[in-house]
Amino acid sequence: MEHQLPPLPYAKDALAPHMSAETFEYHYGKHHQAYVTNLNNLIKGTEYENKGLEDIIKTAPAGGIFNNAAQVWNHTFFWNCMKPGGGGAPSGALAEAINKKWGSYDEFKKAFQASAVGNFGSGWTWLVKKPDGSVDIVNTSNAATPLTTADKPLITVDVWEHAYYIDYRNARPKFVETFLEHLVNWSFAEANYAG
Amino acid sequence: MTKSWFCLSHNVARIALLAGLTAAGTAWAQFTQSPLPYAYTALEPQIDAMTMELHYTRHHKSAVDGLNAQIKNYPELANMTIEQVLCQVSKYNTAVRNNGGNHYNHEIFWKVMAPAGQGGKPSEVLAAAIDKAFGSMEEMRKLFSAAAAGRFGSGWAWLVVTPDKKLAITSTPNQDNPLMDLPEIAVKGTPILGLDVWEHAYYLSYQNRRGDYIKHWWDVVNWNEVNRRYEEAMRQ
Repeated sequence: MEHQLPPLPYAKDALAPHMSAETFEYHYGKHHQAYVTNLNNLIKGTEYENKGLEDIIKTAPAGGIFNNAAQVWNHTFFWNCMKPGGGGAPSGALAEAINKKWGSYDEFKKAFQASAVGNFGSGWTWLVKKPDGSVDIVNTSNAATPLTTADKPLITVDVWEHAYYIDYRNARPKFVETFLEHLVNWSFAEANYAG
Repeated sequence: MTKSWFCLSHNVARIALLAGLTAAGTAWAQFTQSPLPYAYTALEPQIDAMTMELHYTRHHKSAVDGLNAQIKNYPELANMTIEQVLCQVSKYNTAVRNNGGNHYNHEIFWKVMAPAGQGGKPSEVLAAAIDKAFGSMEEMRKLFSAAAAGRFGSGWAWLVVTPDKKLAITSTPNQDNPLMDLPEIAVKGTPILGLDVWEHAYYLSYQNRRGDYIKHWWDVVNWNEVNRRYEEAMRQ
C-alpha cells in the first residue's frame, strides 16, 4: 500500500515564533515527505509492500525500510505532541504517574530536559508508559522508536539538529526548554496514557 | 589482541612529549583548538560564513571544553595527545569518547579544507595509491560520497590508511572515528580525509540536501594537506 504524508494538525505558522513556518517547510515538507517517499520506493516488491506502517516498524530488520518507516511514524507522532498555546502541566492520571516517578512536574521537566540535551547525535527523547502503568523517560538514536518495545509512547521531542537548527542553531537546551514551556500538547499525552 | 599499530606509534610521540614535560617541569596544557587556517568567509559559497563560525566557535569549542572537563576524572589525559586518547578510548567514559572524537574530527576537518582553487591536487604518490585501491580518482570520490550520503543520522565519512598501509573508505556514527579502539569501528586506520555529515555542518545552506553539500564540498578539499597526511601515515 502507498503510504501518505498525513496533514499537519495545524498550519505551518501556527507554532511561531517557537517553531517557525520555515522549519515546518523543511521538517514537514522535505524531511518527513522524503521518509514517506523513500519508504514507498523501498517496499516495492518486498514482503513489506502491503503491510501497515506499525507492522513494518515492528518487523523490519535494521536498515533503510525500518529507518524510513520509523521516521514517518515518529514525525507524525511528534507533530501531534505540539499545539499552538501548548505548555503548562498534565492533569489526571498522567499527572499522578509523573508525580509518583519524579516527585513533581518540575522535577520531571528537569529530567526530560537533561535527557534530551544529553541524547548525543541524532535521535528522539520520549515520555513512555511502561506495561505496569508507571512512566519513564527514554532516549532513542536516529530512527529508533519505543514502538518496537513494550513501552507506549506518550510524548516525544525530536532532537535531530534539523528540528531546531533554523530557529535555535546549536542551542538544543533552549529548544527543549521552549518545547516544554510553549509547545507540548499534554492533552494528547493524557489520551495516550489513558488509551 | 595486541595494541593497534597506530596506538603504538602514538606512544612513541607520547614518550617524547613526556620527556619534554619533565624537562620543562610544568603541567601539560589542556586540549586546545588550532586556529582556523582561513577566515569564516573563505570557503564561500560552498560553506557559508555563519556555518563556519557556529561550527568552529560553538560545536567544536564545546567539545574541547567538554574534553578538558574530563581531566578531573582522568588526570593522565592532560599529558596525552588527542590521538593517544582516542587509540585507547575504550578505557574512558562516554564524555571522553564523544568530546575527544569531536575535537579530533574537527581538527582534521578544518585542515583538509581550503578555499576553492587553493587546495592543490592529489600528489603522484597519493593518486597512484587511490588508483590502486579504488580504480580511479572518480571511483574513490563516488565511494566516499556514497559513504557520506549513506550515513544515517549524524557522523563522518573517512578516507583512511589502514594498518597494512592500504587506503580504505569508511564512515562512523556521531563523533566516533577510525582511530578508536572500539569493537564497533569496522575499519580502523589513520584518517587522511574526513567529511562532517552532522546536519549542523550544512543545514544553514543546504537544509535537507546533504547530497548537494557533499558534491560542493569536493571543491574545497585541501589536497595539499591530504597529501601530507598520507605521507605521514605511510611513514608511521
